[in-house]
Amino acid sequence: MEQITGSGSRRETLLSEESELELLIREIFESQKLAVLATQNEGQPYANLIAFAASDDLKSLYFATARATRKYANIEADARVTVLIDNRSNQDSDFSQAAAVTATGTAQEVMASKRDEILTIYLAKHPMLEEFVRSPSCALLKVQVETYYLVRRFQNVMELHVK
Amino acid sequence: MELVLTLDQIGSDDRESVGGKSFALAAMVKNGMKVPGALCLKADVYHRYLETTGLGARILMEFNRKDFAEVRWEEMWDAALRIRNLFIKTPMPSDLHTSLQSVLEAKLPGEPVVVRSSAPGEDSLHASFAGLHESYVNVQGAESILEHIRLVWASLWSDRALLYRQELGLEVEKSSMAVVVQKLISGDRSGVAFGKNPNAPHQAVIESVYGLNQGLVDGSIQPDQWLLDRQSGKIISHFPADREKEVVAGPDSTRLQTLSAEQQANPPLSEDEVARVFQLALQAEELFGSPQDVEWTFVGDELYVLQSRPITSSRTEQEQDSRAWYFTLRRSFENLRSLRIRVEGELIPEMEREARSFAQQDLSKLSDSDLAQELAGRQQAHDRWKDIYWSEFIPLAHGIRLFGQVYNDAVSPSDPYEFMDLLGATEMVSLERNRRLENMAAMIREDSNLSHSLSNLSYPQPDHPFSVALEEFIDKFGDLSCSEELCTQGGDAIVRLLLEMASRAAAKERFRPGDIEALVHGFLSRFEGEKRGNMEELLDLGRASYRLRDDDNIYFGMIQNQVRLALNESKDRLAHRGNIQVDGLDPMEVINALNDPDYVPKTATVTKVDETNFEVRPRQLVGQPASPGVVRGRARVIDSPSNLFEFKAGEILVCDAVDPNMTFVVPLAAGIVERRGGMLIHGAIIAREYGLPCVTGIPNAASLIHTGDELTVDGYLGIVVKHS
Repeated sequence: MEQITGSGSRRETLLSEESELELLIREIFESQKLAVLATQNEGQPYANLIAFAASDDLKSLYFATARATRKYANIEADARVTVLIDNRSNQDSDFSQAAAVTATGTAQEVMASKRDEILTIYLAKHPMLEEFVRSPSCALLKVQVETYYLVRRFQNVMELHVK
Repeated sequence: MELVLTLDQIGSDDRESVGGKSFALAAMVKNGMKVPGALCLKADVYHRYLETTGLGARILMEFNRKDFAEVRWEEMWDAALRIRNLFIKTPMPSDLHTSLQSVLEAKLPGEPVVVRSSAPGEDSLHASFAGLHESYVNVQGAESILEHIRLVWASLWSDRALLYRQELGLEVEKSSMAVVVQKLISGDRSGVAFGKNPNAPHQAVIESVYGLNQGLVDGSIQPDQWLLDRQSGKIISHFPADREKEVVAGPDSTRLQTLSAEQQANPPLSEDEVARVFQLALQAEELFGSPQDVEWTFVGDELYVLQSRPITSSRTEQEQDSRAWYFTLRRSFENLRSLRIRVEGELIPEMEREARSFAQQDLSKLSDSDLAQELAGRQQAHDRWKDIYWSEFIPLAHGIRLFGQVYNDAVSPSDPYEFMDLLGATEMVSLERNRRLENMAAMIREDSNLSHSLSNLSYPQPDHPFSVALEEFIDKFGDLSCSEELCTQGGDAIVRLLLEMASRAAAKERFRPGDIEALVHGFLSRFEGEKRGNMEELLDLGRASYRLRDDDNIYFGMIQNQVRLALNESKDRLAHRGNIQVDGLDPMEVINALNDPDYVPKTATVTKVDETNFEVRPRQLVGQPASPGVVRGRARVIDSPSNLFEFKAGEILVCDAVDPNMTFVVPLAAGIVERRGGMLIHGAIIAREYGLPCVTGIPNAASLIHTGDELTVDGYLGIVVKHS
């Protein structure tokens, strides 16, 4: 009996569910500067914070790291990574109101031919990292996303598979 | 910071923290009006309680399972029940308890009191919550007052308060509640005064009963009514009541008492007293600057004012009406009893008759204009039943909740839904049908010859016990389980189902004989004398509400379906004309086009489908826990009755709405997932009867999940996981 709900304002949705979820992911990405990156070394998971940016089509995530780091070594050995981005605020209300996006995919260094283009996107979000990124010892990496897992309302999980 | 204020301590800045009711009482005290002494607990106390105990976060989680505007009323009931139980089970933090206890004992020592809500924002000119929140009359002792304060807080989250806020589009997270603890004045005559009659602005209205006001406010006692001229104060007319009873303070709470012959013969107020009450209303109007709705009581010759709030006459008539509807969710027992007779005896049979008579009409034989008329008639019937659904059926279902609340208060069970087991132990038609199927399946299971011959579609002799049982079953339930498939295939479809049932062990019903009697005894033994009799009646009413519950949905669903069929037939015909885009066409436009071959209907704007880079798949869907347990299995999505006969043992039944006609496959199912939410829907009820895990309230369940998907149904947490 769908029409018999309260006459409360039902949101007029003109977007398809896909577009709505995509929009939500975009909003979360825009609101956040840092993400958690998970890599692994011989079965030992390893997680750390990265400053990330996303491509406009959401198919790629970018971050920068010094080549001497543990995460860089881990990725060299196994390119499969997971990135977590969420909008929690460290309040009780997070349990019901925060949303988290988990992205699985593979990481690799950005090709030289694409470097300038991606650097523009990356520095637009993190201008203070200009010197860091331009350092010869720093690598700019791209995560090719395969699937996003979007978690809302504590337990609601949707998967978005890149076409 | 002071958390509790006496009326004379409330200042002009305190409106937000003490709420409108307390603020008005304080203003009247300052103006020299006679107001019973009271303590006001600021809204800060409520917030501190929520924060310290963690209850606030738990309530938030309750409401963020889905968009508030999308929550169905049945789900709202469940949420309200769970939240009320949280308030009952969560004591005040000890420091708060100690400080409140000492204030109460110092300021209102040993006196009976009334504990009332005073929510900020309640009773403004724009929205009236009058009567939507709870009041408790005749509460004694600090301990008991503190308990009732928690119940008043909980009433901020009652289904009717929630539904009202949903309608007004208010944010539930922002609601808050102050409380007034007011000395109980045992008035011998009480009533209300409306300074301005909303229906006739030049009049004032005074209503009065013997005893306390409670009976008038909850509608159980009819008041004497006077209409007065606002200008002159002269009485225009007096409508006497059939005076029989009055509400008086009992040993705890209140009770009904028969009036003396003298009282029955005379109105509660003399004309002089009516004039005094009118003066009181004018005094309040002058003080607050707008016409007031005033509650008052006489003790002998002393006139007390109990509360005053603005009359929300600036609101449109429609809004007034809708609040009246929320009021109906607060029916008294008497009310519900007569409503039951009407629904059970008249409305449900009438709705069923109407649905069946529509179904007999052969639409293909109608001319275009007759079809237009038929569609309009069905649409009208649909709208009429929709109104009745809101005005009669939903309020009656309140009988279930009324019982649940009394049960939970009396028994304090660890499972807040235990009362459903008592109510469910009534003979429902669908359960009897399932039992018969189970018996026939047992015959097949125990007799390999029978099983073998049935598998080859060879039936035993007509006098064979199985044949007799099958014949009886078709006789009795052929109509109930009549889907297209069953009607065309007759016994074969049932036999296929029985063979499937026989292939697995017999389903167990959760209760053994005697279990329910023990629950009933456990409940009733807590009451004595007259009260026990009342409780038996309440149980009976609860059981009737429970039986009728969902029958209304089924028959209304049939009517909706008949509108749909007529609409589809109409659209098919219009589509054949070739020049009309029928998708999303409004029924009114369809009717116009049927009546006039040259009419070109306004087409609906078609929603643009956006391009996206992703394919979306659900992984974990959140609904409501409706029956405990966890199970993993393959989904069987039922979107038409004919799917039912493909059901395999151990599958998970996924559907938009389980109706009783579908429940014969439930003994085969390992779990149930349903779009509609709440404990009071049929899927949840039947899942509980069979002890199957069940999750309800998953939006788009039947479109997000496909037959064959591997699912885990977690009936404890209310989630469904789709495995890839």
